[in-house]
Amino acid sequence: MIPPSLLHDTQRSFSRRWFMKDCGLSLGSVALTSMLGGQSASAATINPQSPKAPHFPAKAKNVIFLFMGGAPSHIDLFDQKPELIKMDGKNPPAELLKGYRSAFIRPENKLLGGKFPFKKFGKCGMEMAELLPHIGSCADDISLIRSMHTDAFNHAPAQILMSTGSQQFGRPSLGSWVSYGLGSENQNLPAFVVMSSGFKGPSGGNSNWASGFLPSVHDGVSFNSIGEPVLYLSNPKGITRQQQRQTIDAVNFLNHKRFESIGDPEINTRIAAFEMAFRMQDVAPEVTDISLEPEHVQKMYGAQPGKRSFANNCLLARRLIERGVRFVELFHESWDQHGNLVGDLKKNCRDVDQACAALITDLKQRGLLDETLIIWGGEFGRTPMVQGGADGRDHHPNAFTMWLAGGGVKGGFELGKTDELGFNAVEDRVHVHDLNATILHLLGFDHIQLTYRAQGRDFRLTDVHGHVVKKILT
Amino acid sequence: MRITRTAALLLLLPTALRAEVDFATQIQPILSQNCYACHGPDDSALEGGLRLDTQERALKGGDGGKVIVPGDPDASELIKRVTHSDPDEIMPPPVKKKALPPEQVALLKQWIAEGAKWGTHWAFTAPQRPPVPQVKKREWVKNPIDAFVLARLEAQGLSPAEPADATTLLRRLSLDLIGLPPTLEEISAMKSPELEIERLISSPHFGERWGREWLDAARYSDSAGYEKDLARMHHFYRDWVVDATNANMPYDAFVIKQIAGDLLPDATQDDRIATGFLRNSMTNEEGGAKPEQFRIEGIFDRIDAIGKSVLGLTAQCAQCHTHKYDPLTHEEYYGMYAFLNGIEETSLAAHTPAERQTTDRLLAEISIRETQLRQSSPEIEKDYLSWQQQLLALPRTEWHTLELYQLGDSGQKYWPQPDRSIINMGYANTRGTEVFTSSLEIPQIRAARVEVMNDPYLPMNGPGRSTRGTAALSEFVLRAGADPEKIEPLKWTNPVASVNAAETPLDHMRFPNDGNRKPDDRKIGPAAFALDGNEKTAWSNERDAARNNDPAVLTFELAEPFATGGKVHFKYNLVQRHGGYNSDENQTFNLGRLRLSVSATAPNALDQLPPLVLETLLLEPAKRTPQQEQRLFAHWRETQPRFAEITKQIETLYAQVPQPTWALVAAETKQPRETRLFERGDQTQPKHIVKPRVPAFLHPLPAGENPESRLTFAKWLVDPKSPVAARVMVNRIWQAYFGIGLLETSEDFGHQAARPSHPELLDWLACEFMSSGWDRKHMHRLIVGSATYRQSSRLTSELREMDPQNRLLARGPRFRVPAETVRDIQLAASGLLHPVLGGRSVFPPAPAYLFQRPVSYGPKTWDVETDAQRYRRALYTFRFRSVPYPMLTTFDAPNGSVSCVRRTLSTTPLQALVTLNEQVSLEAALALAHRILTDSGTPRETISRAFQRCTARLPDAEELDALEKLYQSALAEADVANAQILLQTYQPVTLDLTKHPLPQLSAATTVARVLLNLDETITKN
Repeated sequence: MIPPSLLHDTQRSFSRRWFMKDCGLSLGSVALTSMLGGQSASAATINPQSPKAPHFPAKAKNVIFLFMGGAPSHIDLFDQKPELIKMDGKNPPAELLKGYRSAFIRPENKLLGGKFPFKKFGKCGMEMAELLPHIGSCADDISLIRSMHTDAFNHAPAQILMSTGSQQFGRPSLGSWVSYGLGSENQNLPAFVVMSSGFKGPSGGNSNWASGFLPSVHDGVSFNSIGEPVLYLSNPKGITRQQQRQTIDAVNFLNHKRFESIGDPEINTRIAAFEMAFRMQDVAPEVTDISLEPEHVQKMYGAQPGKRSFANNCLLARRLIERGVRFVELFHESWDQHGNLVGDLKKNCRDVDQACAALITDLKQRGLLDETLIIWGGEFGRTPMVQGGADGRDHHPNAFTMWLAGGGVKGGFELGKTDELGFNAVEDRVHVHDLNATILHLLGFDHIQLTYRAQGRDFRLTDVHGHVVKKILT
Repeated sequence: MRITRTAALLLLLPTALRAEVDFATQIQPILSQNCYACHGPDDSALEGGLRLDTQERALKGGDGGKVIVPGDPDASELIKRVTHSDPDEIMPPPVKKKALPPEQVALLKQWIAEGAKWGTHWAFTAPQRPPVPQVKKREWVKNPIDAFVLARLEAQGLSPAEPADATTLLRRLSLDLIGLPPTLEEISAMKSPELEIERLISSPHFGERWGREWLDAARYSDSAGYEKDLARMHHFYRDWVVDATNANMPYDAFVIKQIAGDLLPDATQDDRIATGFLRNSMTNEEGGAKPEQFRIEGIFDRIDAIGKSVLGLTAQCAQCHTHKYDPLTHEEYYGMYAFLNGIEETSLAAHTPAERQTTDRLLAEISIRETQLRQSSPEIEKDYLSWQQQLLALPRTEWHTLELYQLGDSGQKYWPQPDRSIINMGYANTRGTEVFTSSLEIPQIRAARVEVMNDPYLPMNGPGRSTRGTAALSEFVLRAGADPEKIEPLKWTNPVASVNAAETPLDHMRFPNDGNRKPDDRKIGPAAFALDGNEKTAWSNERDAARNNDPAVLTFELAEPFATGGKVHFKYNLVQRHGGYNSDENQTFNLGRLRLSVSATAPNALDQLPPLVLETLLLEPAKRTPQQEQRLFAHWRETQPRFAEITKQIETLYAQVPQPTWALVAAETKQPRETRLFERGDQTQPKHIVKPRVPAFLHPLPAGENPESRLTFAKWLVDPKSPVAARVMVNRIWQAYFGIGLLETSEDFGHQAARPSHPELLDWLACEFMSSGWDRKHMHRLIVGSATYRQSSRLTSELREMDPQNRLLARGPRFRVPAETVRDIQLAASGLLHPVLGGRSVFPPAPAYLFQRPVSYGPKTWDVETDAQRYRRALYTFRFRSVPYPMLTTFDAPNGSVSCVRRTLSTTPLQALVTLNEQVSLEAALALAHRILTDSGTPRETISRAFQRCTARLPDAEELDALEKLYQSALAEADVANAQILLQTYQPVTLDLTKHPLPQLSAATTVARVLLNLDETITKN
């Protein structure tokens, strides 16, 4: 149903008055409020986006997923391995390679030691590469999981697994599940917003944010950090705002007349959709205009209005979360270092480090970090073995690192260990399904109970898997 | 609450019609939904040894004894447990949060009291044609559909709605049958509904509209999916579906051809194209992907698609374990897999009928000239024979084939074959050098040979991987040494190839050097280009469409033999630098399959013959086919200077052969593949061998056929004995007309499915479908001929409360049209539609950034059409799976990654943004404005006609007042500068609107936008 906030739009009622008065028309005996609000009996008119309560009181209300597409090297950034450095140039132990499948390299390629010095950060003394001074400065707000593992070692299937809990395409994405479970706090913006920066687009394409068999209103909506923020958001060129309003008023007037004669409540849903579209046209450009932020805030993120960058997207993510967008996912697909490991990692860290930290700090300062869960990581890790000469690593599903911050996760906490070469996660192993179960838990859902009936059975994000990672919860 | 009451009503209604509880429709769904997860077919999940899915096991009971005492519900443990007050005893266990509602407990009690009679699940029992029910209001009934619907309504105390008015019905028929709104001319020439139905059903647009339904189920797409999401040229399959639908191909043949058309006797190009259904699976060509892994994923996908689209079964569960709800075992899943495991993912050089004709004509003409030449003098025949004899007298070179071992980490996979050739499968780079090592015992090296070979995996059989199956070799670099650590360059000379392209600049449109697609200085040409030390020149086998896919051979010599001293080690650099800049598009020019050999002696003319010519030469003349004979003669002719003139003429003819299309099809592998069951669906855990078999709970394989053939499996799918095939298809046809199928879960007819709203009608239609010879148009005629279909869709408040989804069918269908039809209505109403059929997919306007990084993984080509192609029906819009066309996605079109037999139907603000602001929507608005301004009459009259173009009806006075006043006020307020911008930005490419005064154009556009945005315009009313 149309949210009450819509009915107080003064700008709109200005032109509505014009339409009625100047055109000598009225909406008849039915007042606007009842026209839009009176048909709650029909399932079709229930707003699937209205806020809903989760299974139990939640720690987090919103999510910002920083998806580091391409898969960052855990060994060079988060998981220091002195033994690997010692064994640099040597063969990997044969027993590790039993049954191991690699993508590009021959598994028996030589080992390659970590490329960057590490440092202890924060009061907790969390170890990370010196390349990440800003994220490091937030160590006391972060839960670092060094024992992630996954099932897939090609990008698209692994990303789809991370995003939908399945390597098979066609399932709803995490953001869609959250939108389905919680609805949205803001009826003028989509519940699930996606943005992209970096060298490439995500390997998994739009299936990373598709709603699968959930109603398509739960699809992630792509926002664009330059140009038109949402596809087809701007009025057509040569059409003024007032003309647009006039057009929508006329459309809604005729639609309403149609409703009166045919009685289909779906018509009212469409009227509400046009109203929401108009409001989104008003609201979204303002929301997405990061130049409205004070200069010191822009600086904190390293944002530069008018550019396409991860920093801009982070700042934008905060603005969206502030306005009640439920789930923001930023894809930064730049981490596929088959070669140029050192140079690219330096560049990537420059591109994301400061902005990630600014996001944490900014949300904290605004009192939003407690209710916002931030997740950082890619679809898998990278091999301790070299690819190419001495400056690349291949895909590696057996171990990788992710970190979480905010809404209900411990700060300054390190979970899990890999073996001394960073090859296998060996302690407190966390599978992608476990991560997804934990995210849902933090949002107040039992991942086993959050289901949707499709194709003859109840589906859930975690399929038949998933254990909540209790150790990282506050 | 009202919805629940309606649902309960629906559930309880059959009790009112039948005295006794029906196991299949009333009891089994309760057991399935609540009990089968732990007491069902999956023995690995079984609790307490109790199974409730078969009569025998259920009556036998579990570890704790009997649970059902027929005739005595109170003595039955089953009833005790579902009503128990102790949380440790009650079933289902409280953790499942699924306690049975009292009405279900009552049904279970009644069922046991009536003797606990069993029956199989309704959908797994072949449909029997039920008697057509007697109804009171007989005069309403136009055909048996109506009797079933009315019986239900009368039982409910409801009456059908009045018939829709003639115009509404015409628009409904037109949208339903051809997916386009009626034109003004069609409205004014309107005849009886029966005549209109015949007109529409025989329109070629019928196939476009109904083909689209099937293409969803077939997960049709124009790209490969996954990361690279390479463009495909798959439109022959799409057109086949449209043509077959127009030709009303019986549904059984329609399915058989798509699953096994290649195995039919004398399979035609069309029969093979039909197997494109199997090739709609995604293929992963990202770097490092293992082709075999994704071949297996492809089979899983095919079973999923066949399951949803033909069987109405969600088979996917059984990939990992025995199905929890339906009696499909893990073993049986791999039995079906085994039928499909022999599929070779191949392609053919597809021709349109016109291309076929041209090709045939040219080849016939060439053949005539060859024959004339050969018969023109006895001398020629003599010389030709003596040439053959000279060749045959030559010594045979002894070639030693190198077993190539790939080095490096490029992510390309060169798959070794038993004959020691290697095939570049999966990811193909566009510019790079791949290094291989090998070693061999040979006293000296004098020559090397590269065979460039065919393989069914390669585009149009290869031998290259370009979209034409051609290849280019930039440099031949083979080094050797006695010591593997000291490999040295060899001085190769005298390059000879069996085919030598003329020196040509590289086609910069197919293989662009960068995103600008400007010509660059790379060339292709003769064999010398592979040995000139210049990586900008390459040997290529590319010649003309008729001969591009012939295998080829290159030889090289050493001026001085290289003495090896026994064992020699090689490094071979495969240098290929003639592809485009973007390996995320089809810009590779790689060799597809090659074999490298060396010999101790110099090559002779035999070694340098084209492989197909050599093969013919070595055959006894009597055993050669005429085609082979012609090829041999042609080769000789080409080498004779005295025939230069006729050779030139023949080459001119060859050059005119049209380029065929690389169409993906399925074939059967020569070597059968072994199928093993995968533990938990995990292909790294193969278990025992499984033979082809079909699920035992369905009908048996047709007798008298090879029980292991894919063709038999295809016939089985649509065997008249199938309990599901006909029901599934008629249900989906029904769904397209009424928004919801008679069975709502059209993808799942299993135990978990909801009950059909009209079970007898579903069965009657299924039987009618089969007895009509699977005649789909007959089913369409029946449905649109029914009084049920022709009802007014007006919704009374009573019906809105009682039956919001219109399951009872007390009114006509009314819902928003599918995504494609939204676009088609905009184009048709505005007059922009370019209604030609078939051909390549087209690129209507879309924001360019969608197809560039970082939105798209890699840059994609989306060259927006600048002529009438821009306004083709949405069916023809190019579909990238990873970046689907946004207008279509916004209106719920699936992205083609998996089979979809039921779209969601949403109403969202983003849809409003599309129809209000998107480029083509605006172009349509301007075109409609153009019609308003060029139609004769007053603005009131022309606006009224524009309204009619959008909705088929005339506006009433109040509507027209509003629109006319809108026009007048827009005219008064028109801003010429803005109107100029509007015109510049959105003038349709096929129209010249500059003659209209800008204020009028602006005002008419305002009205046109309103009309095109009406709910009624994009709704079937």
